[in-house]
Amino acid sequence: MATRAQAAPAPWPRLGLGTRRALWAYAFLLVPLAFFLAIRLAPAASSLYISLHEWNIISPDKPFVGLRNFQTLLADPRFARAAANTVRYVAVGIPTQIVLGLLLAMALRRVTRLRGLFRALYFMPFVTPVVAAAWVWQWMYSEQFGPLNSILVALGLPTLQFLRSPGQALYAITAMVVWQYLGFQIVIFLAGLEAIPRVYYEAAEVDGASGWRLFRHVTIPLLNPTLVFSIVYSTIVYLQLFTQVLNMTFQDQGGPLASTLTLVLYVYQLGFQRFRMGEAAAATAVLFAVILAITLLQMKVLSKPVEY
Amino acid sequence: MKHVLALLAAVGLLLGVASVGATQPQVTITYWQYFFESKVRLIDQLIPQFQAQNPGIRVVHENFPYDTYNQKVASAVPAGQGPDVINLFYGWVPLYVDSGYLQPLPTDAFPTQELEREFVPMLRNSRFDGRYWALPTAVRSLAMFYNDDLLARAGVARAPVTWDEFLAAAERTTVRDAAGRIQVEGFGIAPGGQDHHLIREVLFRQWGAAPYSPDGRRVTYATPQGAEALKWYTDLITRHKVGAIDFFPGANGYRNAFMAGRAAMIFDGSFAIGAIRGGTRAKWGVAPLPRRSVGGEASNFGSYWVHGLTVRATGPKRDAAIKFLKFLVSPEVQRVWLERVGELPASRSLVNDARLANDAVFGPFIQGLSYSRATFFVDETAQRQVLMDAVNEVVVNNKSPMQALQEAAAREQKILDDFWTKRAKKQ
Repeated sequence: MATRAQAAPAPWPRLGLGTRRALWAYAFLLVPLAFFLAIRLAPAASSLYISLHEWNIISPDKPFVGLRNFQTLLADPRFARAAANTVRYVAVGIPTQIVLGLLLAMALRRVTRLRGLFRALYFMPFVTPVVAAAWVWQWMYSEQFGPLNSILVALGLPTLQFLRSPGQALYAITAMVVWQYLGFQIVIFLAGLEAIPRVYYEAAEVDGASGWRLFRHVTIPLLNPTLVFSIVYSTIVYLQLFTQVLNMTFQDQGGPLASTLTLVLYVYQLGFQRFRMGEAAAATAVLFAVILAITLLQMKVLSKPVEY
Repeated sequence: MKHVLALLAAVGLLLGVASVGATQPQVTITYWQYFFESKVRLIDQLIPQFQAQNPGIRVVHENFPYDTYNQKVASAVPAGQGPDVINLFYGWVPLYVDSGYLQPLPTDAFPTQELEREFVPMLRNSRFDGRYWALPTAVRSLAMFYNDDLLARAGVARAPVTWDEFLAAAERTTVRDAAGRIQVEGFGIAPGGQDHHLIREVLFRQWGAAPYSPDGRRVTYATPQGAEALKWYTDLITRHKVGAIDFFPGANGYRNAFMAGRAAMIFDGSFAIGAIRGGTRAKWGVAPLPRRSVGGEASNFGSYWVHGLTVRATGPKRDAAIKFLKFLVSPEVQRVWLERVGELPASRSLVNDARLANDAVFGPFIQGLSYSRATFFVDETAQRQVLMDAVNEVVVNNKSPMQALQEAAAREQKILDDFWTKRAKKQ
């Protein structure tokens, strides 16, 4: 029997109050972190694993093939097409969205009457179900029945094929995506514009600046965090474009002659219609690497420290 | 405490005795099919009948939405789940066999000669590796649906019998607005619908170009005759303007256009009868596919959903599954299937039934069955895309049909070669 005289076995090191609180905080954070690891990171790692195997979902035989799936993709013209199209969506869609969003946000700031109504109207496309919107837009673009072509006809102009033309289809779909995200973009910019203190404008006006110079030297630099966020977020969204493309080209997915095919849509076709999971996972890995690289690059290059 | 122990012992003893007494060997097999209301309901009604005939076998019936059926199968299998008997599209059989998911039908229970005698000729297109892997309850073929009212209004006396008559009827029923935009199409053209089957198994053949070699390994449609067939088809859009692709956008837009009275004629499968019957207000009829000349070569594309044995069915489950399979393709079930689901029976004897052959709606489809071929697809998605792209290259990019066809043939040949070399490597 231990005597009371002996010292008790070494207890926990005496922690300060702050440390103990921090430990509790970490404990609470562990729960969502575990969830995140299981739901997001583990499948991503699994996907990378799959990309190194010949993975026909139905087959029990899944041999390791190293980088062969990546080689197959590099030689696949459809993959190259999907990659090129995705870049095109980004290059056309994002500047359009940012510029239009900014212009409309600035215009909305000047509106005093019915401001709430205007904001609601611009935001509505963003809360419209994507699939329903895509199908309605398909009808709007219809050469025979769509209102867009009816307007052209009424003006005496020749009809446009829009989604039926390999040259126009991609831009037609981009227009729809921009329309959808414009409301979100406007709200973001409105918040960013509100955050710019009036003092800077007043000071600049005192110095004789006006209009364009105000915009270029006061608004844009101080909007930098908002702009960076918008560009980074939009890039990630546009690089993963899928739902709108699938629904607007449902009978011939990827548009007439692969002109609207995106990387994610191609991954979907490879993996779930042709059962080549290994190649699909490889394409996903490539897309992941691209998005990661672009995002890091953008944050590094575009971010400028802003102090209000 | 002692009472509790005694009670537990008594219960344990009872259970032991009960389990010994209830040794009716219960085998449970699972059957998967895609969701189609009439089919699901019918199977649910047939299972008790089968179970009554076969005490000791229990059948569990599961179904999934059509759009995701393949994916469901594909994702359940590696998870170790899956059925013993599975319903799949005949075109997926090579893929499933290649993946080692199906087991061949045992020749003692299903002798090859008997199968070929019993079932319609196009079943033979499903022979793979010299054996049969799955059997159909019902089959489908293509026919021409026509809008009687639109034809009558345009002064077309009867449904066209030759392709020339078809073109003439389409031209007369096409309605354009002041700007020249088609408002009612004479032909609900749809390369992404059933038309790619039409081109492959009907137009190519009738113009004198077999689409594939007899062993199915080589693409043989890139010939001048094949190009002529493709040109005839694409001329409908570019020259005669009797139809427009994606006239009604979306999946099965051509059928929706027909039901809405905006397309005078479409080519569709017998599986569309239910939808068209329910959705078309105008008077409509069905006619066999046209030919190049009266009494000329007839051809049709047939397809079918088959029931196969998966590799999961082993031991007593296998025997039970074989019994269930035999039940599913029996003439009795085929008859009920025709009544309740509206799909044509797969056995020759039933198909040659006079009542069926004379039915106004089913008749043309039955007629087509006797000369239907079911294309041996190794990758239906990709092969469908090849022909759709060929049509688009001619219609949108103004490529010459010969060039478009040669490029299509090269692409499709690569798909076939990939499949067969991979298979050869495995063996």
